[in-house]
Amino acid sequence: MATFKDFRNSIKPNWCPGCGDFSVQAAIQRAAANVGLEPDNLAVVSGIGCSGRISGYIKSYGFHGIHGRSLPIAQGVKMANRDLTVIASGGDGDGFAIGMGHTVHAIRRNIDITYIVMDNQIYGLTKGQTSPRSDVGFKTKSTPEGSVESAIGIMELALTAGATFVAQSFSTDLKELTSIIEAGINHKGFSLINVFSPCVTYNKVNTYDWFKEHLVPLSSIENYDSSNRMMAMQTLMENKGLVKGIIYQDKVKPSYQDLAHGYSKEALAKMDLNLSEEKFNQLMTEFM
Amino acid sequence: MIDQLSWKVGGQQGEGIDSTGEIFAMALNRLGYYLYSYRHFSSRIKGGHTNNKIRVSTSETRSISDDLDILIAFDQETIDVNVHELRDGGVVIGDSKFNPTVPEDLNVRLYAVPFTEIASELGTSLMKNMVAIGATSAVLGLPVESYLEVVEEIFSRKGAKVVEKNMEAIQKGADHFNELSGGQIDGFQLNKADGKKRMFMIGNDAIALGFVAGGVRFMAAYPITPASEIMEYLIKKLPEFGGTVIQTEDEIAACTMAIGANYAGVRTITSSAGPGLSLMMEALGLSGMTEVPLVVVDTQRGGPSTGLPTKQEQSDLMAMIYGTHGEIPKVVMAPSTVEEAFYDAVEALNIAEEYQCPVILLTDLQLSLGKQSVEPLDFNRVEIRRGKLDPSQELPETDDKDGYFKRYEVTEDGISPRVIPGMKNGIHHVTGVEHDETGKPSEVAANRQKQMDKRLRKLNRLRFNVPVVKQIKHEQADILLVGFNSTRGVIEEAMPRLEAEGFKVNHAHIRLIHPFPADEMKPLIDSAKTVIVVENNATGQLANILKMNVGQHEKIKNLLKYDGNPFLPSEVVMKCKELV
Repeated sequence: MATFKDFRNSIKPNWCPGCGDFSVQAAIQRAAANVGLEPDNLAVVSGIGCSGRISGYIKSYGFHGIHGRSLPIAQGVKMANRDLTVIASGGDGDGFAIGMGHTVHAIRRNIDITYIVMDNQIYGLTKGQTSPRSDVGFKTKSTPEGSVESAIGIMELALTAGATFVAQSFSTDLKELTSIIEAGINHKGFSLINVFSPCVTYNKVNTYDWFKEHLVPLSSIENYDSSNRMMAMQTLMENKGLVKGIIYQDKVKPSYQDLAHGYSKEALAKMDLNLSEEKFNQLMTEFM
Repeated sequence: MIDQLSWKVGGQQGEGIDSTGEIFAMALNRLGYYLYSYRHFSSRIKGGHTNNKIRVSTSETRSISDDLDILIAFDQETIDVNVHELRDGGVVIGDSKFNPTVPEDLNVRLYAVPFTEIASELGTSLMKNMVAIGATSAVLGLPVESYLEVVEEIFSRKGAKVVEKNMEAIQKGADHFNELSGGQIDGFQLNKADGKKRMFMIGNDAIALGFVAGGVRFMAAYPITPASEIMEYLIKKLPEFGGTVIQTEDEIAACTMAIGANYAGVRTITSSAGPGLSLMMEALGLSGMTEVPLVVVDTQRGGPSTGLPTKQEQSDLMAMIYGTHGEIPKVVMAPSTVEEAFYDAVEALNIAEEYQCPVILLTDLQLSLGKQSVEPLDFNRVEIRRGKLDPSQELPETDDKDGYFKRYEVTEDGISPRVIPGMKNGIHHVTGVEHDETGKPSEVAANRQKQMDKRLRKLNRLRFNVPVVKQIKHEQADILLVGFNSTRGVIEEAMPRLEAEGFKVNHAHIRLIHPFPADEMKPLIDSAKTVIVVENNATGQLANILKMNVGQHEKIKNLLKYDGNPFLPSEVVMKCKELV
């Protein structure tokens, strides 16, 4: 059985020292081992940006795609081979700006993959521009007088889009993050995990200390019920989205693969491609 | 007796014009006639003039005809718009409901038949199209029973009574026409057909059937005219093979999802038209850079932008060859008949996997939507070749320090070994960033050059069966006609007419657009006085590609049409005479 070390390679990430993404990488590696995966049965698909590099830092099949498109690529991988565990990942710009269309539709489609967003509320790799998660008034290179656009409440949005698994975590809390990723992988359907992963270089507002001060653990809320969508929405709104833990999970709804008409239980990638002559003739006759 | 005639039915969109033509054509196809039908329609569901022009012939035909023998009109607009197409002595049959009239200066015969009234008497005005079909039968001298099989297939679900009523409507239409005309009118009776069984299908059907036969088990696509039929067929058929189709949120998702699924080892396609292909451009580059096989169908329609969504054009050529930033290996195939569209769909899948690159299967609206009789296809020609991928292979441990597989190994033919996720010892990284042999990002200059050269030399050895369809009758020709996609039919029809006027004419139809078959084309151009490139665009894109690859600019002339309508044989003949 593989241990978390089997999911490591020798590549040194090009993230800045202190970047939150290091812990996300470690948490994915630990979670993969904890749920009993082997490296060759895991595919990590990522987008573009600092965090997008993560697919190269985990020893597994990795696909570093194009900006904003990690989700359609990851869904394609899963549809082709349902025996694989598929993790999509990237930053908040990748998933909630250029890739937002795909995010909303991946949520409502509910294909069984896990989407981990490293949310630092800024564009890092392009050296510090505003992101859809930046707060109003946030000053960046592209918003020198402060952002005037509202920040996306991504967890609330996921709930209204029909999400079956919505969670949020903080990159320093390795233990909790690992267990949330495990729960996401085990969830039968699409799981969205937003991880606050501070950018130590360009975001001087939403720092480690800032999150420690503002994030409310759901475990501290009495009788919090993650199967209650209404309670999930209310709690998010009351806390301006700054909560951590599993916010909502629907354990009943089947995944897309289980609902798709005629879709094989056997992985498509393992099926014979050939058609019998008899079947072919039948298909031709239908046009006669 | 005649060997071919043209028939057109017209009316308001949404009043059953399509199905009128469909039932008429299907019945004649069953009798063994060759059918070719082309629909004139607009980008709306109800209302607006629409028509379906159908050519019936005792020999194969792939083009719409210059003129018209019979026009069936459900409104006066149909007559006003189409009457000038009628040949001298042609027939118009209009619904007497709107008191049809024809211009006095034209020698056409008008018959007013109460389509709607007869249908209403039988129970529903919806059957007015059956009455019209019956009237047509009377003109052609076809027995009403010819329609029984088709009518049964379409209406048997609704019960024997409905079948009976529809047949009665056909009979009444025929009887009424015979009363009006006082019996058979001369010049419209077709010679007997050969009675052979043929398919009646559009190019998109053939492509979709080719994909099923060629092992496609997943498709990701976004609806668009004139490509949607491919998706609709696979939605119906793939579940029979365990596969499925996802209708994505946009064409970017469609293309990248297809890339993800191909990467994971399933033959996956997407299809679209110009606007969708524009959105897929970045993803095509990803496929080229990551060497993930990908087949995309582009059914060309009128551009630019939304352009003419339901009209014929061939203006995506340059975009398909050069589209995407940077430089990648890419194959652009352009079938010229429905049969070729089927075999090319299978072959596109093979080429994509063998050469690990994107393949564009290019068609145009006329080829994609023109419905025609097609000879049965040859199952033995369907072959699945996956190149260097063998998913059942057991891989040895690698000597890479991280245990990574050299997915991008530099090889002599430029094609690297390919593995798919799930294979033990096959772990590697895939990225659109320049990368080394195991797929790890690398900006090292020497590596960059090696990987670029590796990718770009892959197609040097591309094997392609019949890159140019040649009809070469003369060692030295006055005219070499060149085209691609659906213009084959019109060129083949224009050739004998030009020959009859004393011109020596050769014909080359280009089926492999990129990499361009310059060696095949050069001798043909050398041996022609004038090269006329027939294409449905405004800037002569194929002519320019020809000039770029073969030279001889002074010889190469443009024959262009970009008003949204396909060429007519007479237009090609007339313009050729002007150009030489």
